[in-house]
Amino acid sequence: MSLSLDDVRRIARLARVAVTDDEAQATQTQLNRILGLIEDMRAIDTTGIEPMAHAQDVHLRLREDVVTVTDRREQFQSVAPEKENGLYLVPKVIE
Amino acid sequence: MKWEVVIGLEVHTQLTTQSKIFSPASTAFGAAPNTHTAEVDIALPGALPVMNKAAVEKAIQFGLAIGAKVNRRSVFARKNYFYPDLPKGYQISQFELPVVEGGAITINVDGVEKTINLTRAHLEEDAGKSVHEDFHGQSGIDLNRAGTPLLEIVSEPEMRSAAEAVAYAKALYSLVTWIGICDGNMQEGSFRCDVNVSVRPEGQQEFGTRREIKNLNSFKFIEQAVKAEVQWQIETIEDGGKIQQATVLFDPDTGETRMMRTKEDAHDYRYFPDPDLPPLVISEDWISRVQAELPELPAAMRARFESQYGIPAYDAGTLTASKDMAAFYEATVAAGADAKLASNWIMGDISATLNREEKDIAQSPVSAAALAGLIRRVSDNTINNKTAKDVLKKMWESGDAADAIIEREGLKQETDTGALEAIVDEVIANNAKSVEEYKAGKEKALNALVGQCMKASKGKGNPGVLTELLKQKLA
Repeated sequence: MSLSLDDVRRIARLARVAVTDDEAQATQTQLNRILGLIEDMRAIDTTGIEPMAHAQDVHLRLREDVVTVTDRREQFQSVAPEKENGLYLVPKVIE
Repeated sequence: MKWEVVIGLEVHTQLTTQSKIFSPASTAFGAAPNTHTAEVDIALPGALPVMNKAAVEKAIQFGLAIGAKVNRRSVFARKNYFYPDLPKGYQISQFELPVVEGGAITINVDGVEKTINLTRAHLEEDAGKSVHEDFHGQSGIDLNRAGTPLLEIVSEPEMRSAAEAVAYAKALYSLVTWIGICDGNMQEGSFRCDVNVSVRPEGQQEFGTRREIKNLNSFKFIEQAVKAEVQWQIETIEDGGKIQQATVLFDPDTGETRMMRTKEDAHDYRYFPDPDLPPLVISEDWISRVQAELPELPAAMRARFESQYGIPAYDAGTLTASKDMAAFYEATVAAGADAKLASNWIMGDISATLNREEKDIAQSPVSAAALAGLIRRVSDNTINNKTAKDVLKKMWESGDAADAIIEREGLKQETDTGALEAIVDEVIANNAKSVEEYKAGKEKALNALVGQCMKASKGKGNPGVLTELLKQKLA
């Protein structure tokens, strides 16, 4: 499998990353090299090996259902560029 | 051409936890904007999610309640998309290995039972809320809801009408509130339905192209939206058009569905396992403990009510529509009320009055024991049914016991034949016309005479005794 330049542009758009034509081409080469490595790995026989979902063999830690934090809105919003009536303000979005 | 409708539901149920799924902030509804958030909910860099044990336990409860497979190992994944109410740029959800797989729910439409199979149920976090009022051309973002635990329950496309879709949604609603994993508050968004609808010519094997109606938060809207969508799809095809896969919204004001986005610009979520969260492992012990603590489920209780109390299937179904109603019924019978009379009173006068006053049965001013006290007086003929209705009204208003009201107002039914005989004689003397009619063979005239006797006895006469006396005297 290899990615076209259009694939790269689409991935960039989905990630909201602006890329120039030069960057797109360079990224295409890099991504295809990674995909090539994955192709190599696919040649390995993995019959009977359980797929991993995480790099370490650990389980999810669970916490008790307790509320331990209080209102810190003022602190949190002190770094927000714009706010009003307790809301964060962002460019208008309507679907 | 005859068309077959195919419907599948995805329901987001908000789980009743105190804190959020991955943070220790409160999930309480209605707080001032952004006051119930922690670092994880607002996506501060470096903040890490820590799973809420109670959310997992509620997912296990649901899986066991529908006879599903609870996966001993399940995986959290990132669902990537950009929207301002999702500050991380991804929603933590489950994709390839959900916590619950399979299971089934039985629905009943017009007395016909049908089993609807479930595909899966997975844990995920809710997003925040956008407020599109005019903030100088900007949108406001409230992240209080961000991180609220949801269980998304996905059915197989096995429903064939709007009525079946509604019956399924109601059965699911009844179950999740029954086992207490969801508070069922639909106005607050605790139970939201996405409905996938397609049509195909009857007899055709493959499915038609579906459209998804998003975010329906009432059973009435599900019914209206599905009907409108089905009609639109059939008309479009019959006019030579083609259905395009799309997401639509239902507008209750116009009663129409309108396009939100088509498949072409649909999201490409690029799911991948979340490296912040290793696999969720559920032990056999945990599952056994949850199984042991699971309450008796509605279907089992319905069957038990029929056999234990000897009431009809309809009564058993109505009384087990909610846990509180079922408990009220059992308490009434336990306090000495006749099982069928208790059912009649609860489904009748009690429910009607509660509805009128917009109260739940748990808030009933007449307790189960008090209702049993009233029903006992009907059973032992102290008062007749009509008087009992008036006594219930007075119990409702005053909070007094049935016996106290009967005593105070002298409502005790007159069964003394001597006293009733005098009334009957008087009524016969004063109602020559009815007497003639009855003697001429008009059975209905007897009812009129009994009514006159009841009136003369100020409602206290025993209608059975009065009828007998009239028949004797007019024979």
